[in-house]
Amino acid sequence: MSNDFSIIGKPTAMVDAAEKTTGSGKYTDDLSLPGLLIGKILHSPYPHARIKSIDTNRAEKLHGVVAVVIGKDAPKTYGILPVGHDEYPLALDKVRYVGDNVACAVATSEAIAEKALELIDVDYEVLPAYFDPEESMKAESHLIHDHKPNNLEKDYHHVFGDPEKGFAEADEVAEARFIANEVTHAAMEPHSTLAAFEVDPHTGKPGRLTVWSSTQVPYYLQHKLSLVLEMPMAQIRVIKPLVGGGFGGKSEVIPLEIIAAVAARKAQAPVKITYTREEVFWAHRGRPRTIVDLKTGVKKDGRITAVKARVVQDGGAYCSYGVVTILYSGALLGALYDIPNIQYDGYRVLTNKPACGAMRGHGTVNVRFAFESQLDELAAKIGMDPAEIRQRNLLEPPCITVNGLRVQSYGLPECIEETVKRSGWKDRKGKLGKGRGLGIACSHYVSGAANSIIRSDMPHSTVNIKIDRDGGVVVYTGASEIGQGSDTMTAQIAAETLGCSLSRVRVIAADTDLTPIDIGSYSSRVTFMAGNATLRAAQEVKKLIAAAAAKKMNCAEESLTFRDDSVSRNNGQTGALAPVDQAEQSPAATVSGRVEGQILRGSLQQKRKDEGPKGQMTFEEAVVAAIDFHGALTGTGSYAPPPEARGGKHKGAGVGPSPAYSYSAQVAEVSVDEDTGEVTVHKVWAAHDCGRALNPVSVEGQIIGSVWMGMGQALTEEMVWKDGMLMNPGLLEYRSPSAVESPSVEPIIVESIDPEGPFGAKECSEGSLAATIPAISNAIYDAVGVRLHESPFTPERVLAAIRAMKHAKSVNLTEGVDPTSPKRFREHGGSLWFKGKGPERHALDPCRHDVSAGGAE
Amino acid sequence: MKKELIELRVNRRTHEVASEPSALLLDVLRQQLQLTGSKRGCDDSSCGACTVLIDGVAMMSCTLLAASCQGQEITTIEGVSEHGSLSAIQKAYGDWGGAQCGYCTPGFIMTVKSLLAENPDPSEEDIRAALSSNLCRCTGYNQMYEAIRSAIHAERQAAATTK
Repeated sequence: MSNDFSIIGKPTAMVDAAEKTTGSGKYTDDLSLPGLLIGKILHSPYPHARIKSIDTNRAEKLHGVVAVVIGKDAPKTYGILPVGHDEYPLALDKVRYVGDNVACAVATSEAIAEKALELIDVDYEVLPAYFDPEESMKAESHLIHDHKPNNLEKDYHHVFGDPEKGFAEADEVAEARFIANEVTHAAMEPHSTLAAFEVDPHTGKPGRLTVWSSTQVPYYLQHKLSLVLEMPMAQIRVIKPLVGGGFGGKSEVIPLEIIAAVAARKAQAPVKITYTREEVFWAHRGRPRTIVDLKTGVKKDGRITAVKARVVQDGGAYCSYGVVTILYSGALLGALYDIPNIQYDGYRVLTNKPACGAMRGHGTVNVRFAFESQLDELAAKIGMDPAEIRQRNLLEPPCITVNGLRVQSYGLPECIEETVKRSGWKDRKGKLGKGRGLGIACSHYVSGAANSIIRSDMPHSTVNIKIDRDGGVVVYTGASEIGQGSDTMTAQIAAETLGCSLSRVRVIAADTDLTPIDIGSYSSRVTFMAGNATLRAAQEVKKLIAAAAAKKMNCAEESLTFRDDSVSRNNGQTGALAPVDQAEQSPAATVSGRVEGQILRGSLQQKRKDEGPKGQMTFEEAVVAAIDFHGALTGTGSYAPPPEARGGKHKGAGVGPSPAYSYSAQVAEVSVDEDTGEVTVHKVWAAHDCGRALNPVSVEGQIIGSVWMGMGQALTEEMVWKDGMLMNPGLLEYRSPSAVESPSVEPIIVESIDPEGPFGAKECSEGSLAATIPAISNAIYDAVGVRLHESPFTPERVLAAIRAMKHAKSVNLTEGVDPTSPKRFREHGGSLWFKGKGPERHALDPCRHDVSAGGAE
Repeated sequence: MKKELIELRVNRRTHEVASEPSALLLDVLRQQLQLTGSKRGCDDSSCGACTVLIDGVAMMSCTLLAASCQGQEITTIEGVSEHGSLSAIQKAYGDWGGAQCGYCTPGFIMTVKSLLAENPDPSEEDIRAALSSNLCRCTGYNQMYEAIRSAIHAERQAAATTK
């Protein structure tokens, strides 16, 4: 494939950049409709309780309140996974976490709707609650979901190769427990949904529903609305406005999206619900707190012989993406390095906290933290440089891993070389002085899942293109722009293929009435899959234009070049027009049956009478010629992953396989203050193999953004719990880093040119996040000699590790501050649910009761 | 609370608005004036997405009572483009990837305008410190610094050529 592109590979401002920088672009909460009502949701104050009764009378009577909806108004379950339809939009019989959804009041103003919530009387029977996953797994009674014994959502047990033999062959074995605490997406735009019914002119009754929502998955939303409202999908239109970030937090249907529609149906008026920031934290669907018990064996030459991982995920109260998350934790042990023997035992556990879902890097991130840290430990044990041990375990693609993953393009070797070179690794490691160090780690991710969530034979993406007489290229794609640049990618691929300018292309996206289905912006599938569909649609239209242009210019279609808004006959002379061939002048018949030239109007007609065939046409002339011949120019392209990429047949094999994997290698430079435990990241060199960078500015932005988010999880971000209550539902308390806390990141683009990606492109938005966390923990080891096994590496944890290494007395930082607070309560997920040991609750505290968690008393 | 008539001067135009005395400037801008460019991203004035200029100074409109802004010159993101064209900082944010999802962008641009008005040649430290009042979840801030430097350079070029 030629590398001489006119659009691809050039730094390009996003096609919607002006909307964003002028504030003219509309996000869901910016939208309004006549007669709009505002909805507010009443949340559960208890982590686990039965709803005995709900009385909405007082609320409904409040002046300005139009309707109040409760669980009985929509008693149908749904969930993002076909096996996980365990949620009601509003709780029907039980609430399962503090923040669960109980009722919704819609009123003429936000203030009145809020007042109405206070007038809703809910009678709860409080139940024992579970907060610690290892305790929850032992539950015999008061299960969170009756159909899930031991509160176990799902467990998997995989053995590939012969791990026992592998460990026996190892010269060094490391075994440790790693804990990655809970983090959440905290996208800047809170979730928001606007729902409105139209009146059907034939029946006179409420008919079609239109929903605007801040979503990554408009088609899944359409599907779930159809299930819960019991309406055909054909009567539901979902439109995605601008979305202010998702990172997975909007990759499934969030309760307010269905509640808004249920409320609009009852109120018979448009309803908009926008979460407060606190509600966004309660909605969550982020990365679960994960306990990884990891064992790895290596030989003296650095070769990994076996890996055994036991993973427990604290999944929260509903299934959400849970089954997929626990599978990713095991599956992507493969496809990065060559590991011949793997044992994986994964447990996805239910607890009475907001449900966890998919978050950038999904289930791979926390296991990658454990693995890359442990690999570093083993490198030290055998006296090998950590960069070199990784280079000793590279795959040799094309290949299929021991757990059935197909790997083709594999830029990991170059990523490691580049990051080692640019960071000065060889010269600087171990030589930066006390308290300063370098660490290296690698990671990877799928470019979309080869097997779709809802199994079918349907393509994963379809794109339509319309080119009309005005010479405008309209691309209809179901792909969802969420800030990652999907609309721009779509326009670039169409423009490059058709050889037209970017400004000629208009992208219409994510409107279920107008655009063909794309299954959504998650698992980094959009560039690879929707991009391929766009490419195919553009190629189909190009063929029609080429056929017409070839006739006009009296040459073979293959000799045409589409570039810079021109279609030229290529006679081996770049830019020069070929001599005009006057011989063949006979008018060719067109689709209308009339001789060409007669159906044209105006100057073009006159011009064409005077000229014979020439060597070059403008894009518009070529389009007009094509429309004459074929009628309207439309093309359609679809993409479905090839069967060879879909993986093995073992239970759970469906998750992990991808048509292509991205690769990342990173070096982090950190300083550690030994007196305070504070870690400062000075710089991260991040090399990412994205196949081909379609838009270098966007690719670099995604690399930097994912490294930054990984750093957040590594150093400061953590959801802190106490009795099922989130202690820090605010951006500053959650410690999302600001500009002063964020390091310089040097993104390094590596291009392995994937054989199946569009122009060779693969994903670039998730693969880098996972490596940052262990790159930092490995750098901390280089700086001060301590290995951290729990993230985030807060000053408290770092200091505790430093002091332990020095055999110093452990410092209880809460000593004297709160005598009832147990030692290191955070490390136990904030569980103070021990009978008699927790703080004394006030007599009037509604959360006070005497029931204990777990099984029998 | 009963609404009262107040007069707000926004983006060099005067508006008469009926709003409660307790109404926040952010809500009046977004709802009564339909200037939805300023965003709400948090509950506790911690994110800066609502940043506007009050007499040229960057302030969080979610923490200001609309009624208290009478007599002041309010500038929102909608007042930043020049004669229908993007200003240098807006163009630079697009060209350099300073905006990804764009939700925090209006707030950042107002903060940057305030910074550059006060300090036309800021150091990297100055820029980071000034931007620390606005949170972003997409970009990691790096490309914003490049955008800001590019905008400063572009404005200097423009000023030089008009001399």
